[in-house]
Parts: sequence; C-alpha cells; structure tokens
Amino acid sequence: MATLTLQDIKKSFGATAVLHGVDLDVQDGEMIVIVGASGCGKSTLLRIVAGLETETSGEVLIAGQSMKGLEPADRDVAMVFQNYALYPHMSVFQNMAYGLKIRRMPKDEIVRRVDQAAALLGIGHLLQRKPRELSGGQRQRVAMGRAIVREPKLFLFDEPLSNLDAKLRVELRAEIRRLQRRLGVTSLFVTHDQVEAMTLGDRLVVMNAGRAAQIATPMEIWERPADTYVAGFIGSPSMNLLHATLEAGGGAAILDAGGLRLPFADGPRAGAAGRKLTIGVRPEHLRLGEGGLGVMVELVEPLGGESVLHGKLADGTPLTARLPGARYGDGPMQLMLPPELLHVFDGETGKRIEAGG
Amino acid sequence: MRKKVIFKGTLLPYLLLAPQLVITAIFFFWPAGQAVYQSFLREDAFGNSVQFVGLENFLDVVNDQTWLDAAGRTLVFSGSVAALALGSALFLAVQADKHIRGADVYKTLLIWPYAVAPAIAAVLWLFMFHPNIGLFGRMLNGLGVPWDYRLNGSQAMLMVIMASAWKQVSYNFIFFLAGLQSIPRSVLEAAAIDGARPARRFWTIIFPLLSPTAFFLLVVNLVYAFFDTFGVIHSLTHGGPGKATETLIYRVYVDGVINVNFGSSSAQSVILMILVVALTVIQFRYVERKVHY
Repeated sequence: MATLTLQDIKKSFGATAVLHGVDLDVQDGEMIVIVGASGCGKSTLLRIVAGLETETSGEVLIAGQSMKGLEPADRDVAMVFQNYALYPHMSVFQNMAYGLKIRRMPKDEIVRRVDQAAALLGIGHLLQRKPRELSGGQRQRVAMGRAIVREPKLFLFDEPLSNLDAKLRVELRAEIRRLQRRLGVTSLFVTHDQVEAMTLGDRLVVMNAGRAAQIATPMEIWERPADTYVAGFIGSPSMNLLHATLEAGGGAAILDAGGLRLPFADGPRAGAAGRKLTIGVRPEHLRLGEGGLGVMVELVEPLGGESVLHGKLADGTPLTARLPGARYGDGPMQLMLPPELLHVFDGETGKRIEAGG
Repeated sequence: MRKKVIFKGTLLPYLLLAPQLVITAIFFFWPAGQAVYQSFLREDAFGNSVQFVGLENFLDVVNDQTWLDAAGRTLVFSGSVAALALGSALFLAVQADKHIRGADVYKTLLIWPYAVAPAIAAVLWLFMFHPNIGLFGRMLNGLGVPWDYRLNGSQAMLMVIMASAWKQVSYNFIFFLAGLQSIPRSVLEAAAIDGARPARRFWTIIFPLLSPTAFFLLVVNLVYAFFDTFGVIHSLTHGGPGKATETLIYRVYVDGVINVNFGSSSAQSVILMILVVALTVIQFRYVERKVHY
C-alpha cells in the first residue's frame, strides 16, 4: 500500500514519441483507471510504472521513493496481464507461490497466503490444476491471486478483462472492485472500455495521443469533460459535437447548421462575436419539442425502454439522440437542446470554455 | 487449424504416397533387409561359400573387446557432441532472442553451417587446426602447445567432436529459437515482476518450457552423432590415430568395406539400427506426454 507519483513522464521509441509528459498523483488505496483508444500510450505508461519499459525522461515515485533504474523485481508491484501470463508448466498453487518462494518466505506462510487468496477468489479447488485445464475466467482469477498473495505496494492491471466474454467481464469487474476496496491496495487499471473505466475508477485518466486529456472522478468527467476528445470518448452513445459561433456579447451560440440560437444558462463566454465554438450535447439530453433543431432521422434503434435515433442536420452533420419509449419513425423531427446541459468548447483548440472564461 | 481433406476411394491417396514409399523401400528397407539377412551369414575369405550361422556374428561382435572399446568411444563421442551442440545452440538462441542490432544477419549466419556437407565441414576444421597449415594449429604450436591431432588420440577425438558438434549447432539453434519465441513475452515479464532475476527466469521458466524441445533435440543429436558423423571422421582422422576416433559407425565401414567382413559388419549395423529404433520410440513416447501447452 503506497502512493504513486508520476512526474512529467515522457517516452519515445526511436523517433516516435509515445508519451508527451504525463503527471499523476495517486493517493494511498486509490483505484485509478487509465482509459483511452488503442495507441494512446496507456499501456506504455503502465509498463513504465512496472519497470518493464524505461521512461525517456521524468520520474516514477512509489511511496515517495524514486524508481529510477530499479528493475521490476525491486519495485514491489504486481501486475495482471490481458493474456493472463500464467506459468504454463506450473500448477495453480505453484503459480501463486512463485513470487513468494523467490522472496524466501517460509513454507507454511506461503501455504497460508495462497490458501487465503484462493478462498477469496473462489479457486481453492483448482490449486493442483495446470493453467491449460482452466477456463479464461479461472485463469484470470489465478493471475489476480498471484498478485494478491504478494501483498505488493501497487496493483497494475493491463486490460485484464479484454479476453473474457461479456458476461464474465461484468462479473469479474465487480469482483475486482470489491477486492480492491477490501484489500485497499493502490491500483492502476488500464482499459479501452469506457464502461469499465466509469464503474471501476475512483478517478480516471483519459489519455489522448500520449497526453492525459483529463484526470478527474468519473462523474466530473461525464459532467464537465475538459475537451472535445474526452467529451466524445466518455458516454455511450457519444456526445454530439456541433459547430457554432459566439453571438455578440457572449450570451449565446449560433449553430452553423440552421442558425438556431442557443443561449447559455450559466453565463456568457468571453470572446468576440463570431468566435468559433463547438457545442456538445449528450444524446440522452435531447428532447422532442417544437421550435428546436431540425433533424432528418435515418435510423431508429429501439432498445425496449428507449430508442437511439441516428439522423442528420440540414448541413449533413450527424446527430444521435436517445429518447424514452419505442415509437419513433424515420423522417424529419424537431429536437430541443436544454441550455443547462450544453457543453461549450473552443472551436479551434477543442478545450472546454467555462462561463466567464 | 489444419483442414482435413477426405479423399473418395483409396487409389489417389496411395498414388500420392507412392513416390515417398518407393524411395523409402529402395533406399532403406531393401538395404536394411540385406543387412539383416547378411548378419546371419558367414562368408569365407575368398567369397566362395556362404554359410548360415544364426546369431554367431552377433555373439562375436559383442564379445569382441575392440568392438566394446569402440562402443565406449562412441558413448563419449556422442555424449560430448550432443552436449556441446545443444549447449552452444541454446546459448546462441538465447542471445538471438534478445533485441539486438542485426539479429537477422546473426540468425542467417548461424543457420549456414547446416547447409555445409560433412566433408567440407571437416576440411574447414582442417584448415583451422592442421598443425602445419591450420591457422590455430600453427598458433598453438607457436605457443608451445604440442598440438597434432594426427599423433595424439585425445586431440583427434576433441577435433572430431568439435567439428561434428559445430555442424549440428545450426539445427539445434533453429529449434531452440523457435521454442524461445513461442514463450509469451508477458510470461517472462510476469516472472520479472514476481521478482525473478534473469538467471532465475531462465532456469525456472524458460528452461522448463524448452525441455520438450531440448529432449527432442537430444535424441536427434544422439542419432546424428551415431550415424551422420561418418563423413566428418573419415575426412579428418580416418578413425585414427590408431583407433582413437573409431566409433561404431566408422567400424561398420572398416569391417565391411576395408576388411570385407560382411557378416560382422552387417551384425554391427543391425545393432545400431535397433539402438536408433529404441531411441525413436522413447522420444515419441516421452515427448507426446510432456507437452505443456
């Protein structure tokens, strides 16, 4: 159990820069989820913390101690891999005991810890089996057991649920969360799945192209995404992003498509008239109503209690709406954008613009 | 997944197998059968009469002290060749598996010796270690080491072991490298995070996972050392000096071709054949059971 600090971590593979300076402070016992599309550098970041990759510059501190030049073995961290990475020639017991044996722990203590972890994970009856005799879910439980028995300072999870089927994934996700809370071990969890990120993390790090686009709690990120990338990445279906310009005085935006005026409920934005903006609105916040945005609906996906509508604005910008009920048809439709739920971003940089800012 | 093709009828499959079967029959079963037949016969010195003697040839062979000496030499020779070839191939493969500059060139160069004929391999070693014209041979003598494998039996043995092992390293290298590359990188990373240093990772993870490959190669190498090293020995030492490098396979040649003792030579061949069959059976039995994945 420990804190983790990342200071301006940069990493290049040859001429290709993968990480452009990531800073992060993790509290003792906190679960941080690093989420991003593939190739954003999230796994590289995790591997740098583990010591499997060496940072080009910057520093990793675990429990306040610099990890500079330390081998993975000396960092006292445990890692769970996407493909389980169990030792194929060892039984489940031997897999879990491997790290403890290396640390020359007494035999009875090893047995005690392995039994305890196995009971916690419900794999006590599998201890004598070989990994090839286990299902995917059981293998990942063993891999977690191998991490738990070590009682390390840090848990590192590298997309541990990606190889499992949907049902198991949900089950194990909850189990990981419960275990992490119960054991109170500081954890980093890498995933590309935003649902996993939202449900698991105390805080999320949303990565985009080698940078941390936003670091905040799941709800903060959902309610106030820092830029258009985060806005589009978190939430399903994705937030609608519409081009607009600022009205003189900064009190409203004028949509490029159709010229609809959208007043800001929380106060005016700075900038001259005509400043380029991107207006974000979540599909579930759109409502039916006269005098709203004209949309040509092209596809309706009924989900039972609600429907997802895909359509286009007058200028061809795609728009998605999630509306209650199931009785919708294709064709023209008017949708209201509630002023208090609009997100305002700079049209050029994509950064969020707060009221008065 | 490999696709299984099912043929209608039996003619086509037999036709497709025929070339291989014919080759095996003509070049293996026929001469091998001849050897077995000959091993029960004894011919007089001038080839005028042939007599059926039952197992007498075999009894003569195994009671012959010089044959037993050759068998002992063969054990030393084969064991050394296998150990040297396996050891150096494993070392080279482990090095090649690391991320190094020019890894492809390195791998290609290592595979070359396999394409070299035994006699040429022998000549290469001769150019290196001949006491008069060999680069290292002259150097050794220059340094005061009395090096002459044509006179010193131990040196001759060392020479044929090295030359034979050198030729087999490539083959082992390919298999070890493939074996190493089939070990998932994350398994080794997991071991590193679990606290295992490189040496420990090698002995507790890599080596056990390579052991099926290693066992397969051990059998292949022993068979190679028993049978395929004739060319190297013949070109380098002719089994000499004295009988210092006369292995069982070389003795088969000496007794059969030079001394024209067909009965004894055939009996020796049959014994070697039985040995190889035994090795192969052990190999299939053991390897089939010991696969980890």
